[in-house]
Amino acid sequence: MPAGAQPILDVKGLRTVFATRQGEVHAVNSVSFDLYPGELLGVVGESGSGKSVTMMSLIGLLPSPPAEVREGQVLFEGIDLLKADAETLRRIRGARIGFVFQDPMTSLNPVFTVGFQLMEPLRKHMGMTKAQARARARELLELVGIPDAGRRLDDYPHQFSGGMRQRVMIAIALACDPKVLIADEPTTALDVTIQAQILELIKELRQKLGMAIIWITHDLGVVAEIADRVIVMYGGQIVEQAPVEALFEDPRHPYTRAHLQTVPHVRGPRAPRLRVIEGQPPILGAPPTACPFRFRCRHRFERCDRENPTRREVAPGHDAACFWSPEEERTAPVAAAGGAHA
Amino acid sequence: MLNYTIRRLILAVPTLLFIALTIFLLLELAPGDPVAHMPLTIPPEVRELMRKALGLGEPVHIRFWKWLVQFFWVEPQVFIDWLTTKSAIAGILPDTQFYVSCAGGDLATCDARILSWQFRSPVMDIVLQRLPQTLWVVGTAYLVAIVIAIPVGVYSAYRQYSWFDNAGTFITMVGFSVPPFFSGVLVIVIFSVQLGWFPSIYDTTHRVTDWDSFVFQLRQMVMPVMVLALQITSQISRFMRASMLDNLNQDYVRTARAKGMTEPTVVLVHVLRNSMIPVVTVIALGIPSIFGGAIITEQVFKVNGIGEMLIKAIEANDIPTVQTLTFIFAVLIVVFNLIADLLYGILDPRIRYD
Repeated sequence: MPAGAQPILDVKGLRTVFATRQGEVHAVNSVSFDLYPGELLGVVGESGSGKSVTMMSLIGLLPSPPAEVREGQVLFEGIDLLKADAETLRRIRGARIGFVFQDPMTSLNPVFTVGFQLMEPLRKHMGMTKAQARARARELLELVGIPDAGRRLDDYPHQFSGGMRQRVMIAIALACDPKVLIADEPTTALDVTIQAQILELIKELRQKLGMAIIWITHDLGVVAEIADRVIVMYGGQIVEQAPVEALFEDPRHPYTRAHLQTVPHVRGPRAPRLRVIEGQPPILGAPPTACPFRFRCRHRFERCDRENPTRREVAPGHDAACFWSPEEERTAPVAAAGGAHA
Repeated sequence: MLNYTIRRLILAVPTLLFIALTIFLLLELAPGDPVAHMPLTIPPEVRELMRKALGLGEPVHIRFWKWLVQFFWVEPQVFIDWLTTKSAIAGILPDTQFYVSCAGGDLATCDARILSWQFRSPVMDIVLQRLPQTLWVVGTAYLVAIVIAIPVGVYSAYRQYSWFDNAGTFITMVGFSVPPFFSGVLVIVIFSVQLGWFPSIYDTTHRVTDWDSFVFQLRQMVMPVMVLALQITSQISRFMRASMLDNLNQDYVRTARAKGMTEPTVVLVHVLRNSMIPVVTVIALGIPSIFGGAIITEQVFKVNGIGEMLIKAIEANDIPTVQTLTFIFAVLIVVFNLIADLLYGILDPRIRYD
């Protein structure tokens, strides 16, 4: 992270709640993070950990009702996005902040040509004429590596393969030169070779265009390959935040550690069976008052049931939301238990 | 697409022949004697001669064949002659004389048209006389219904469970379940008897020549159109709403919002275009029913359209008329099925017929 630089996106204390028939679900709980220009921030977590909801909350993409962003502040280019009106948000979406979604098969409108869908944001946000937009759309398709771009503008999404459609989605997201690109599991629905191609493309585009990227995934391998910094989410909150090397070398949160152990290795002795983290992620009916990971945690002790740990710095630029730390492995539970009696 | 259309048209021939046979045999099996309503004083042997004169003396397959020839060979000739001599559309073409009338001619070479037993006049001529009334009333109702139903369906889906949607659900449920013989009489009681705004009987002899007569035409159309449009609107708006709801939660809608499109663009361009695909099909499939007329509504308001013609023909045992009208509906249904399929292919780029 460049020291002293101004973050381009600054999120503080974000809380998002869904109203369901069974009551409220607290999907995002006091999430704070920042994003610096040109940085690639990986967001890791299992399904239901609140990764996508967090990013959708930032820019008003969640359907409301049932979703409600209750608290927080999201500073982007000097405006608080959570206080901005719908029209301001609309002008930012697609122009200043681009999105790529998970499933390229359903994310494009089946009845419009790729060219039409690509030219739409160009005409709306940049005020281009049809001819200008078409020329730019063609450049964009070439930029994302679609051969024969001029002709393919008139093709419909179903005439593209999955990987090619995701390239189109990326081209749409990049159409107006956004400062931030939010990619929500963009390679999850693709097979491994296509995934590798898309990752290469993103790396290349990042160097060329220099935007900041938030990359949501549950694949630690992908994160290791492209991210500068990583935040790990669990139960709607950030449990660990670290530069990518630090996270893989010295994971601090038991969830991160467990998560890293579940990754099977190709080299070395073959494990008898895949490692898993036992149990289910929580569905929170109320803001958590205790550590959300405690039921699945190997290091749980009494304090974990009483208090929700806040993030504390464990190394420069590296923080984790846990009372336990690997150095205190043996002493901590005893000390904490003693403290509870006092 | 052209290949597909031609293939479908060729396939339509055996379908229609089979339908024709079914209609013919069903009416053949139906009880009833076309001369039964004649005075009892007619001696039986004269009665038998009258039956023969109606063509009933021949065996079934001969009569079926003759009817087919009349429907597919003689009547089109008459129609083409009419087009080239009298109609405005093809009037510039050289006049044709395919049809040889039997009136005072040589019975061996002339062509017999399908005659109504009731009126002793060609069925097709009566159809052409009745068609304008039906098209005015039922066609207008259909148009009005489409114009109302689509925006209502779109807005109901967009604001699902809002008061508008709930009110719409209630009204469409009522409109769909109340039969026209009830709603028809109800509007007559309210608007004709109590308020005296509109005439309760449709005057089919009325001709629109100037502004005043046009206003009169509109006034007499209001009630039947209202009754029919309520029913059709209910159907189409429900369909539209369901189709919109299917699409509003699709991923591409989120993409459109993420691109910073305005809500009108998202809903009226991205979602509506997708939602219209099944609705257009339903609308196209409903068009034959316009020509079929609205039997009950036409009865209630005394509109002598096609529906009224059919019901009267059934009552009078006028088999050629019933047979021919039913078969015309069958042809229209087959044709509009094809049109609906072709529209589907045009609207949805994923579907290609080749």
